[in-house]
Amino acid sequence: MISSDKIPNNVDLHLNKRLQRALEHWQPAYIQWWRDMGPQGFQHFHEIYVRTAISVDAAGWAHFEYVKLPEYRWGIFLADPVVNRTIGFGDFFGQPVWQEVPGEFRNQLRRLIVTQGDTEPASVEQQRWLGHRCPSLYDMRNLFQVNVEEGRHLWAMVYLLHSYFGRDGRDEAEDLLARQSGNQDKPRILEAFNEPIDTWLDFFMFTMFTDRDGKSQLLSLSESSLDPLARTTRFMLTEEAHHMFVGDTGIHRIVERTCQLMKESGFSEDVRRLGGIDLPTIQKHINLWFSLSLDLHGNEISTNAASYFANGLKGRAEEGKWTEHRVIETTYDLDIVENGAVKREAVPMRNAMNEVLRDWYVDDCQSGVTRWNKTLEKYGFSDRLRLPDRKFNRGIGQFASIHTDPDGHMLSDDEWARRKYEWLPSPADKKYLLSIMNQPIYETGKFANYIAPPARGVNRTPINFEYVRTEM
Amino acid sequence: MATPDSAVSTQAPLSFERHPCSYQHWKLTFDGPVATLGMDVQEDAGLAPGYKLKLNSYDLGVDIELADAITRIRFEHPEVHTVVVTSLRERIFCAGANIFMLRGSTHSWKVNFCKFTNETRLGMEDASAHSGLKFLAALNGICAGGGYELALACDEIILIDDANSAVSLPETPLLAVLPGTGGLTRVVDKRKVRRDLADFFGTIAEGIKGKRAVEWRLVDAVVPTSRFKEAVAKRALELAATSDRPSSGPGVTLNPLSAVITEDAYTYSSVSVAFDRAKRSATMTVRAPQTPVEQTPEAILAAGDQFWPLRCFREIDDAILRLRVNEREIGTIVLKTEGDSALVLGADQVLLDHAGHWLVREVIHFIKRTLKRVDLSARSFFAVIEPGSAFAGTLFELALAADRSYMLDDPDQHNTVHLSAMNAGILPMSNGISRLQARFYGTPDQVATVLAHAEPFEAADALDAGLVTFAPDEIDWDDEVRLAVEGRASMSPDALTGMEANLRFVGPETMETKIFGRLTAWQNWIFQRPNAVGPKGALTSYGTSDRAEFDYGRT
Ligand SMILES: [Fe+2]
Ligand SMILES: [Fe+2]
Repeated sequence: MISSDKIPNNVDLHLNKRLQRALEHWQPAYIQWWRDMGPQGFQHFHEIYVRTAISVDAAGWAHFEYVKLPEYRWGIFLADPVVNRTIGFGDFFGQPVWQEVPGEFRNQLRRLIVTQGDTEPASVEQQRWLGHRCPSLYDMRNLFQVNVEEGRHLWAMVYLLHSYFGRDGRDEAEDLLARQSGNQDKPRILEAFNEPIDTWLDFFMFTMFTDRDGKSQLLSLSESSLDPLARTTRFMLTEEAHHMFVGDTGIHRIVERTCQLMKESGFSEDVRRLGGIDLPTIQKHINLWFSLSLDLHGNEISTNAASYFANGLKGRAEEGKWTEHRVIETTYDLDIVENGAVKREAVPMRNAMNEVLRDWYVDDCQSGVTRWNKTLEKYGFSDRLRLPDRKFNRGIGQFASIHTDPDGHMLSDDEWARRKYEWLPSPADKKYLLSIMNQPIYETGKFANYIAPPARGVNRTPINFEYVRTEM
Repeated sequence: MATPDSAVSTQAPLSFERHPCSYQHWKLTFDGPVATLGMDVQEDAGLAPGYKLKLNSYDLGVDIELADAITRIRFEHPEVHTVVVTSLRERIFCAGANIFMLRGSTHSWKVNFCKFTNETRLGMEDASAHSGLKFLAALNGICAGGGYELALACDEIILIDDANSAVSLPETPLLAVLPGTGGLTRVVDKRKVRRDLADFFGTIAEGIKGKRAVEWRLVDAVVPTSRFKEAVAKRALELAATSDRPSSGPGVTLNPLSAVITEDAYTYSSVSVAFDRAKRSATMTVRAPQTPVEQTPEAILAAGDQFWPLRCFREIDDAILRLRVNEREIGTIVLKTEGDSALVLGADQVLLDHAGHWLVREVIHFIKRTLKRVDLSARSFFAVIEPGSAFAGTLFELALAADRSYMLDDPDQHNTVHLSAMNAGILPMSNGISRLQARFYGTPDQVATVLAHAEPFEAADALDAGLVTFAPDEIDWDDEVRLAVEGRASMSPDALTGMEANLRFVGPETMETKIFGRLTAWQNWIFQRPNAVGPKGALTSYGTSDRAEFDYGRT
């Protein structure tokens, strides 16, 4: 039943009895989950032009073909091993990496993997209705590409659970399919993954900002002392890059279209009248998704983060670029809230690892915003998009207890309640976005009015390629 | 006032009096026969600076409110038959005792913290066993360590089934210590979890959730989020239906004790404690009622917290608690009584005549618990019985609780002790037997013999009967008593504490004695060991960027 042919892999699945047995139970449950909770309405009669990873080399992971979604060949891939790799940071710095999970860290590792793994199917669930509002077949294909790869990321995490965590791992793998985004009884672990993503602006923001948090996390896990985890996440990063490309260029294309509409109308206020998405609405969504994604990095001062680092389980992004890898004495300056006021404090850097990763993340986000602003500039507008202050709209960590405006100025509870929709999408904004998206565009080469076509098609195809075809 | 003993030291001496109006960490609400105790710990309202009470973790201040709430429900709300213990925080029930508080505390603070929290939980079980007040733990989120131990003290545990919330005792794997409020004992002794399963459970920090938690008897039921509230409400009512408490009030309001606390003395209406700091001792004097106590349940209800047995033992209870945490240096407590023994015996008769009335029942169990606190206090107690004292019946239990008793044998002065039926087993110790049974463990027939003695015992008779330790005459008296107190004060307090605890609890073991005994023997030992609190110990390094390092040698 479980065949290497149906499940492309580079982990010798055909020789691995334990993994075969585990997957025999899990794989049918996964397919059922995909049908129930994956893209709704595009499972049986639609063939999507998607990329399937069939090996880890350049040719292998850019293999394109038309598939029906439930027949996608979700595979298991680890990046090639690095010979004689040693642990790159923490208390075990310089020792050989682990090929097995040490008993001592089994629970911590399991928690890390389950938390990461839980986000993968969660996002598929959050996005499952978007196909019905797609702005083009090109975008629909991108959505489904992201979705199947998030599904594969779940496979990657489940591979680790099945291979290294015994019965507990199998139970956790089942629970990853049992929890559901927004389900009251079995919600996804992280709160941000329990809200539906129902507009395409939100989808692009999610792939721009939240998938980028995924990238931060994967980067830090790809440094892990547990070699299979490091190799798995390293390969996932190649796919993650595409997800962020979808988000980054999606927003960029909306900005571009908005510029065109502004040019036509002369005033940005009229963009909505022309059926486009005005810059303030775009800015509000940046504010929302950036702040939500900052929360996903966790508390500024975290004992878990310190112990993950000490044990070599989870490092910093691009650890190799740092000069000191044990980080015993080093401190890190960060803002903390004390008695309702913000002040700067030095904390041991190990405890500040979440914030260190957040710094990397903020920089990475900024480069996208800078690109979008180039387009505003090109069209001759002085308006600029920007990332809000880190303290803005936070639900986790030091700043959860205070309110600020996007510049980081403190606000009273009253003022926040009164003004928050100046900076965050309001119900009216959402209503507007849904109104311009309620007619999906299924015609090849056509694009919704609020978004510009991409610069080029997928895999050197023309933009009017039939990325999704129906077979009746 | 002596400095309280904590590195996370409280500024002022700690008081144990609380009132629901000013609870910081709990919300107590009532709905017919069901009361709900909702935990909502204020992070910044710890007893001492230096730690934040995150994730509904607790310190002694949180537990003092809990104890207050339970006592008030017993007395003030007879119409309450079930108490639901839950949390007001989403996805978090309780993360247990605050680790940073523990780390910053001195050894004796930790011991007193654990002792008090244990007494509170045993008090819940006492209410369930004897007062028809059932406890239902509604675990609406993560429930770790002391959080699970609180649940274990309840009659039943319902855990939310959200594929995430688990019960756990992570002390050993995470902190290299043991659960400090009877967790391990209750898992196997009360919930009867198989010992090998308990072994596994005790070593996994993330705990056990869902179906497995039920299969292993760690909880009674798991219920999905959408049906959780309803299931809890339903079960609470079912438990309430089994209660024999009255269906309606009124209860009895527990007013503030209005003690006068100074450097030299605690002064209450019926109790006073005078310090002799040079001798590291204090004298606690308990006064008999001045007039006959109220005779009927109606009159007792009307007297409320001024009913002498209740008033007096509330005061003793408060004094003992204050002495424990605020007066570390006071190692010896001389117990004295004053007044008319006949009035004490009269009060005993009222208690016995109406023992079936809910309020009288509560008073008797309150007296019982207070006397247990004396038994469990790490202080030397000497009863000193002089003319004019009132060591009769219930108050004679104080003499029986003491490590030794001295009774003046002066032919010129009348000096007697009396027994009553209150000494016959209605006020058992933690080991389940009466203080007379414990006293006469080697001569069990003597229990019935002394109880059959309806008359007062003169000093010589009391000595003969084994009711007192020594009966010096008037010539030796002052020296004997002085030397006893001074001699006691000169010895190692640690050794004395250990010796007293060994000798006080003769005879059978109960879950209660196991909990305290093992806490003392194991937890307090482990709490001192470098593997926990040394520079590289797990408790020291928890939450820092360092890893714990152990000395792997076993004893
Ligand atoms: Fe992913
Ligand atoms: Fe992704």
